[in-house]
Amino acid sequence: MSKKLIDSGNNAAAMAVQLAEAEVIAAYPITPQTPLTEKLSEVIAAGKMDAEYVAVESEHSALAVCIGAASAGSRAFTATSSNGLLYMSEQLHWAAGSRLPLVMCVVNRGIGAPWSVWNDHQDAMSQRDAGWIQIFAKDHQEIVDMTLKAFRLAELVHIPVMVNYDGYYLSHTYMPFELPEAKAVQEFLPPYDYAHTLDPEKPESLNTVTLPYARLDINGVKRPGYMDIRHNLHQEMRLAMEVWEEIDADYAQRFGRGGAPILDPYCCDDADFVVVAMGSIANQFHVVVDRLREEEGLKVGVLALQIYRPFPTAKIAEALQNAKGVMVYEKGLSYGNQGALYADLKSALYPYPNRPQLHNFIVGLGGRDIPTEDLFQTLKTACLNGDRNSPEQADTPQWIGLQL
Amino acid sequence: MSTATKTNVVNLTTEEFVHPGNRACSGCGLSILYRIGLKALGRDCIFVVPPSYLTVMQGLYPIAASQMPILNGTFASTAAIATGVRAAMKRRGKQTQVVAWAGDGGTADIGIQALSGALERNEDIIYICYDNEAYMNTGVQRSGTTPQGGLTTTTPYSGKKENSKNLPAIVAAHNPAYVATCSASYPLDFHDKLIKAKGIRGLKYFHIQTPCPPGWGCDERMTIKIGKAAIDCGLFDLYEIENGKKSLSEPSKKLLNKDKMRPLQDYLKMQTRFKALSAEQTTAMQERIDTKWAAYRQDFAAQ
Ligand SMILES: Cc1ncc(C[n+]2csc(CCOP(=O)(O)OP(=O)(O)O)c2C)c(N)n1
Ligand code: SF4
Ligand SMILES: [Mg+2]
Repeated sequence: MSKKLIDSGNNAAAMAVQLAEAEVIAAYPITPQTPLTEKLSEVIAAGKMDAEYVAVESEHSALAVCIGAASAGSRAFTATSSNGLLYMSEQLHWAAGSRLPLVMCVVNRGIGAPWSVWNDHQDAMSQRDAGWIQIFAKDHQEIVDMTLKAFRLAELVHIPVMVNYDGYYLSHTYMPFELPEAKAVQEFLPPYDYAHTLDPEKPESLNTVTLPYARLDINGVKRPGYMDIRHNLHQEMRLAMEVWEEIDADYAQRFGRGGAPILDPYCCDDADFVVVAMGSIANQFHVVVDRLREEEGLKVGVLALQIYRPFPTAKIAEALQNAKGVMVYEKGLSYGNQGALYADLKSALYPYPNRPQLHNFIVGLGGRDIPTEDLFQTLKTACLNGDRNSPEQADTPQWIGLQL
Repeated sequence: MSTATKTNVVNLTTEEFVHPGNRACSGCGLSILYRIGLKALGRDCIFVVPPSYLTVMQGLYPIAASQMPILNGTFASTAAIATGVRAAMKRRGKQTQVVAWAGDGGTADIGIQALSGALERNEDIIYICYDNEAYMNTGVQRSGTTPQGGLTTTTPYSGKKENSKNLPAIVAAHNPAYVATCSASYPLDFHDKLIKAKGIRGLKYFHIQTPCPPGWGCDERMTIKIGKAAIDCGLFDLYEIENGKKSLSEPSKKLLNKDKMRPLQDYLKMQTRFKALSAEQTTAMQERIDTKWAAYRQDFAAQ
């Protein structure tokens, strides 16, 4: 029987990792991820979880331990936030390039300088080109479900998966969620089996120097060069989207939750205006949408993006073919340009016949409060006056809640 | 000390673990110890290797010069990756020896943090640092272990100003299970120390001096002679530290008799990398060696 609980987002993640039977866990404390790390070390020390906990001296080493363990045949897990994720950056690329099925929770937090321990998405966004699959949870239930599904995805497609959830908004708040039964999870997630496990009886040299061109091996078989290997990573990451959908369907059948693995729409069927957002803010928009529909008679919806890399290019463009306006609210940006999600969405829409009015809002950096009233007012204004802006104005991100 | 029989050229296994022909220069000190080291380690090993000359020597994909399972990793994380491999072996109930094998740059400089972490946790691995006293893979730049006065491409005219780091001493300060220094000139000493290390649990650290003809400025045929000269002048010492107790290995032990010591100059003049060293610098270096050995003679008086 599954269990209903009320607990923090970090504990929800820890319980999922426990259920997934990760065998090697290496992590380094950083706010707001720390309670997750503490919880895992606690359950292992108490004998409630059968795993190796390695208390490393840095995040770079945390991911290194996972890389070593996963290459040598063990399911490995780590978690971090903010500067910890950046400190790992080299290892992120390495894990993806070596096609290791790792799972990592990133408890999203702003990046220094200046220091901020509070939430935004700049940490995850800055690593979007590392070759990891990036998914974003909106609530505690999704933290549990996505983490479990992430292990299966990573191990099927041999690409590491980053499960993102908002620092404090989700990590430290207590909410109800359902925890699946261990036996049912075991049936859902087969034991770890890595095809290139380091083994003296079947020696392989992993991640050797590759040349710019394909070469023949000693048996005369052509082996890929660097570019071919990287092409395959990209191609298989695009295909991972379908695998993710299949896993979600299977999960829904087993556990009764799912059905929106890529895009999670709220009131989008008849919507003229659609908000696109990732993480907990997408849920915050539900009340805004309800009010705008009731009070202003505006047909508004929210489209939560559940998976950011691989980017569901066609799916999201198609979902927006009936929209007049699309408002992207995001907690990070590509400095000197625009929100990264906004830019991705814009380019996804370009080949399609319907190119709705687009708006980019930057919100909640470094935990700046996001009053629902601000979301209501900015969204309402964009719906009503959006088409009055010049192209340049329309394409310039608007910062919400600045206190300059 | 040890009762184990010593390996010699007659009883050394004829089994080879490295394929003939690889990308190392002829006369490479590393390639000598790699071949002999693998004989001591045997088949039940997994190697972790950061970018270094060893990466290249082991072969470019899809060709491999070694018959061992090798995990190539990032420059700074060798000891941490080895930790992960070891953790997986533990999970899988395997005794397989995990061997991290890195250069001086990958150990003394960029990798020292991960190494220090692994030492503090006393991970059950063998960590081998082959010290060719510069970043050779990138074309002979100074490293933390480049000796004072050494010419490299980043200390081009007057040589390195600073003293080298004493890495084995830094490692020993962590009180690991075992520390040994070795030289390419005494491959069988390395062999037998590895055999011993395999029987010890916890972190076993090896610091091996591997002369590099193009980097040090000498003929390929001089590798063994230069390695011996480094020991005979008392600059590089062969020793072991077990349970916190240091003991000199045979080739260095003889220098406890002062008359056996050769002048530092004999060693320096064999290599063009020292040609910028001034007379004062040489004298100062010689004095440091003499002081070190005076202390050794007191410490090891009983031996
Ligand atoms: C993070 C990072 N910085 C720099 C490099 C470039 N690099 C590769 S090998 C190397 C030097 C290796 O020196 P050492 O460890 O002494 O090994 P050697 O080549 O001398 O055998 C450098 C600087 C790298 N690969 N990764
Ligand atoms: S450059 Fe030096 S370390 Fe590299 S293969 Fe040649 S001799 Fe060996
Ligand atoms: Mg070197």
